[in-house]
Amino acid sequence: MRTRVPLVITFITGFLIILGFWIPHDPVGDIQSTFLIWYAIINGFTMVLGIVSLVHIHTRKIISHKSGYGYSLILILSMLATLWVGLYSGIKYGDLYKIDAPFMWYYNSIFVPLSATMFSLLAFFIASAAYRAFRARTFEATLLLIAGALVMIGRVPIGDVIWHKFPVIADWIMEIPQMAAKRGILIGIALGMIVTSLRIILGIERSYLK
Amino acid sequence: MYIIGIWIAAFLTLCIFSFLYKDNPFYKLAEHIYIGSSAAYMFIYVYFFDVKPMLIDKFRTSVGFDKWILIIPSLLGIIMLLRVVPRIGWISRWAIAFTIGLGSGIGIVTGVHGFVLPQIKATFVPLIVMGNWMESINNLVLIVGTLTATLYFYFSKEHKGAIRLPIRIGISLIMVAFGASFGYTVMARLSLLIGRIYFLLHDWLHLVK
Amino acid sequence: MANIKRQYIYIVIALCIIVPLLTQKIMPVRVSPPVQQAYDTMAKLPPGSSILFSIDYDPSAQPELQPMLLAMLRHAFKCNQKVIMICNWPLGFPLGQDALVSCAREYNKSYGKDYVNLGYRPGVAAVIIGIGREIRDFFTSDYAGTLLDSLPMMTNVHNSNDIALLVGIEAGATGDVWVQIANARFGQKIVLGSTAVVAPDFYPYLQAKQIEGIIGGLKGAAEYETLIKHKGGGIAGMTAQSVTHIAIILFIIIGNIGYLFLRKKR
Repeated sequence: MRTRVPLVITFITGFLIILGFWIPHDPVGDIQSTFLIWYAIINGFTMVLGIVSLVHIHTRKIISHKSGYGYSLILILSMLATLWVGLYSGIKYGDLYKIDAPFMWYYNSIFVPLSATMFSLLAFFIASAAYRAFRARTFEATLLLIAGALVMIGRVPIGDVIWHKFPVIADWIMEIPQMAAKRGILIGIALGMIVTSLRIILGIERSYLK
Repeated sequence: MYIIGIWIAAFLTLCIFSFLYKDNPFYKLAEHIYIGSSAAYMFIYVYFFDVKPMLIDKFRTSVGFDKWILIIPSLLGIIMLLRVVPRIGWISRWAIAFTIGLGSGIGIVTGVHGFVLPQIKATFVPLIVMGNWMESINNLVLIVGTLTATLYFYFSKEHKGAIRLPIRIGISLIMVAFGASFGYTVMARLSLLIGRIYFLLHDWLHLVK
Repeated sequence: MANIKRQYIYIVIALCIIVPLLTQKIMPVRVSPPVQQAYDTMAKLPPGSSILFSIDYDPSAQPELQPMLLAMLRHAFKCNQKVIMICNWPLGFPLGQDALVSCAREYNKSYGKDYVNLGYRPGVAAVIIGIGREIRDFFTSDYAGTLLDSLPMMTNVHNSNDIALLVGIEAGATGDVWVQIANARFGQKIVLGSTAVVAPDFYPYLQAKQIEGIIGGLKGAAEYETLIKHKGGGIAGMTAQSVTHIAIILFIIIGNIGYLFLRKKR
């Protein structure tokens, strides 16, 4: 029950999905469509799973007064506030995503600045890392450095002002050597993914059952 | 309301930026608000865009087999949630097995048909283009680059002897690709920062038109 | 020289952005071939074609991708195309809605006739295959619950065959899924706009003609704004972007000079 049933489910699902691409007509095509709809429904539940475990961890932290429990309280409160705004907008405006609904205001005033600024911090870190780690120690490192610098200068307007060939060089790097090497890397990744998928369907790869 | 929103957004932006000095209570406050509201947003989305239209509404409007078959994905979804209950958590493997099986099936077909085959096909370009030496060079770099970069990931044989040189070429081109990716990553991160600083100067302080 | 404190680097980077933004100097933007291709693809579509916009990003990429989305929506409405919007990244839905509604107002377009927003569905690959077969399998109604068949512009839109162009605005790997399923299996014409981080990964698709064009990062947005002759967030940020790139290159050069000196000393 614990191992065999999931292995059988994986095999049947994977096999029928592949078959559906070859035989898109009924009944295989229909089964594939039904499975895809189920997949979308179940996927939503996985998100809830993440939320449930997040709430579980933080409520335990609050109850046991662990260090930093105040922040856990803020987390839960912000979660409840968001839910309340969502509920209120849904009831009062009928449309959660109406441009002037409180839910959209909350999203633009709280969620967007937090999320966007969090990732913008990386600009400072990447600048500092470029200065510290980007050293021409070997031939390969020098190639990386030169390509990086040429792309950086060639992809901004000032590169065109300094020398009109910089954008041309940057475009060439992107379209020819970069593209060729990326294709090689991505083919390698794709082959790895195909083999792993096949191993999963055939029940050789079982790490997801742990 | 709009102005209050701008001030709150500016305060939270500055709270996050304060991390550049060091980890501090303002940053932690903003960080926890972020995680909490993200989780709540996800919850709202799951209800409005998944459970409601794909389960509740469909259950109401469908008839016969189409109606009752919806019990299966609902059950699988609930089973997935059982993962948080240690004693019966193993049942969640059934739902996981379904999603993994489906993902693997799609992965095989899209990997072969959607990526590997068209990409190999696109590598078959003429080595000599009469009257256009630049295109000939480009095509040569394209073919050699793709082959040697792929060869670099061949680990069944030690990178010695006859394959040493092509692998050296491969790694050199991979470095060029990484350099280009680095340049683009720098560009991306700076764009995000420009966006946030523009918000502070334009929307909040009105220093920029 | 080999050891500048990180705080100084942070200050220089911040100043390199603040000063150009305050001076509001605009630099001319040169259009690169992948962006020109994307623009041409959209411009060549016959008026009244259905264009599917997929919002595959969230606020973490908003400063980079929102100007791009606005520019492309403006172009679509200017060419009198019908816009269908969906979302594969749940937290990005309001960003798409915001841009769609504001651009539609700008061009006097009406909901249901000229544009619709279908909202978000989980399952990316499953949704994309579903759209290739029958859009109603996944979207029986729009984001607000209005049945698809009651929206005039959607009555004849059933699957990829009825969608002239897909515009994916990408911050991750969803663009790959679009190409590998929608293009490979259903022959969907695709243009991808993306963050600069993922843009290099799309070049193999462009060379293989699996996609029609790439718009990469804020620079790509600025190029598109130049093409549609509408100054937006992309063009406004280009001077700051230029100055910071120069600063980072200088930091790399300084770091390497310091490193060479240290190596000579040893």
